[in-house]
Amino acid sequence: MSVDQNTVRHIARLARIAVRDDELEHLASELNSILDWVEQLGELDTSDVEPMTSAVETTMKMREDDVTVGNMQDEVTRNAPASEDGFFVVPKVVE
Amino acid sequence: MAKNDELIGLSLAEARDKLKAKEITSAELTDAYIAEMEAGRDLNAYVLETAEQAREMAKASDAKLAKGEGGAIEGVPLGIKDLFCTKDVRSTACSHILDGYTPAYESTVTSQLWRDGAVMLGKLNNDEFAMGSSNETSFYGPVTNPWRRNGDDTKLVPGGSSGGSSAAVAAKLCLGATATDTGGSIRQPAAFTGTVGIKPTYGRCSRWGIVAFASSLDQAGPITRDVRDAAIMLKSMAGHDPQDTTSVDRPVPDYEAALGQGVKGLTVGIPKEYRVDGMPEEIDALWSQGIEWLKAAGANIKEVSLPHTKYALPAYYIVAPAEASSNLARYDGVRYGLRVDGKDITEMYENTRAEGFGDEVRRRVLIGTYVLSAGYYDAYYLKAQKVRSLIAHDFRQAFSEVDVLLTPTAPSAAFGIGEKSDDPLSMYLNDVFTVTVNLAGLPGISVPAGLSKEGLPLGLQLIGRGFDEETLFRTAHKLEEAAQFTAAPEAWWRS
Repeated sequence: MSVDQNTVRHIARLARIAVRDDELEHLASELNSILDWVEQLGELDTSDVEPMTSAVETTMKMREDDVTVGNMQDEVTRNAPASEDGFFVVPKVVE
Repeated sequence: MAKNDELIGLSLAEARDKLKAKEITSAELTDAYIAEMEAGRDLNAYVLETAEQAREMAKASDAKLAKGEGGAIEGVPLGIKDLFCTKDVRSTACSHILDGYTPAYESTVTSQLWRDGAVMLGKLNNDEFAMGSSNETSFYGPVTNPWRRNGDDTKLVPGGSSGGSSAAVAAKLCLGATATDTGGSIRQPAAFTGTVGIKPTYGRCSRWGIVAFASSLDQAGPITRDVRDAAIMLKSMAGHDPQDTTSVDRPVPDYEAALGQGVKGLTVGIPKEYRVDGMPEEIDALWSQGIEWLKAAGANIKEVSLPHTKYALPAYYIVAPAEASSNLARYDGVRYGLRVDGKDITEMYENTRAEGFGDEVRRRVLIGTYVLSAGYYDAYYLKAQKVRSLIAHDFRQAFSEVDVLLTPTAPSAAFGIGEKSDDPLSMYLNDVFTVTVNLAGLPGISVPAGLSKEGLPLGLQLIGRGFDEETLFRTAHKLEEAAQFTAAPEAWWRS
């Protein structure tokens, strides 16, 4: 599986990272060298192997569905690049 | 000897005891470290100094100590990796995209250190979002290793990602430091700087409030000057936290009590697959020396096989970027940190993330996005998680025959700044001996064991069963005793 410049443009779009056209060739070659290297996993037959889902065997913990923290609008918005009246401000989304 | 030199010469354990005995005060100890921190600015180990806060914390500690009160490490000055959120103190993970972020909350691990009386000197440099093995990807620039090659003043890397932590501990700019390890980021920098670093079992320390990189691999741990100090710090850092569902609810043992137990009757496994092609002769020799030391201390030595070792790094470079691409989706220019405007909201996201992420982070987010994208999930992520099962199985087999494994920590000594930064793959190979441990969720510790021909520190790694940090500490303590590693870097940065 080899990545071309169009694929790089597509995944950069999915990742919401602006990439200039003149960076595409270099990025494609970097990504390909990493992807070629991970291809060696193909040498292993894993058809009968269960994927690891947890580093430590454990059962998922449950808790009561209670509100434990809240009422901290100021703390939550104080780091925002733009906020107003306790809301995050973003560029206009609907026309 | 000047008073300050005497103070900073104390280990964490010694300082703790002298504070409790009221032979020294936290105020004078903290002042001595503030002076060292300021004199050591050329190393670029700290990205934020919090001297004023440190003095206040020291004062509060002295008040408790004077009354015969105080926690397990009352008055002990520490450095905190910038990956840990610290309340009202800038925490950026050394990324441009978290410019100026000051959390409204404290990470669980650091809050436990403050609960036990520790004093915060400042925030320590790391690779951006902990992605790197040399601390060269930090937005705040590289950290310089206090160690230099014999007769050569080339600047060397302190390892990564916890390079600020390892450099600060090696240069005595703090008594100990917090660190995190996703693929080797505690153990490899410890090996590069002649310090001790332990990555505990996954789930031993809470991840709450630590900036997430790869959630199924990330673990916090300490970097310290010796094994005892690591045992003391880990005891404070570890423990169950309801705010992290992967944190494990079991008691935290007294790790320090395990130190004197020796290794008589323990079986130490030597995994033959770690004898990799092209490994420097001196690392191989150090490994053999380590085997001899443990044998002389009464341990049985047994060769074991971990057949899937060579697949660990490629599996890691699928799993870690995949999880990173999800975790880093939150940096969108809306809620915190940097915002770069665009003509609409999508362009704002794209511009913010283009400017905010460095090259290595961008590379990993793109790889992660690709391997998780439609049609590729089974071929990459699922495959890698299956390989992870095979690696974990290898360890289970080995631990049915042995109690602990001994390996080198890293395939080389510290290298020069800029030497490997153009070649991502050769940089990734730094983690060849450490990454298996993260994939299997096991604990691993690096202990300084000798010097290279060029006069640089080299480390040996011990790997244990899940939640058997005590066996690691007692074995590491024996290695430390045998190695008698007393070398220290010349304090050239003070001039």
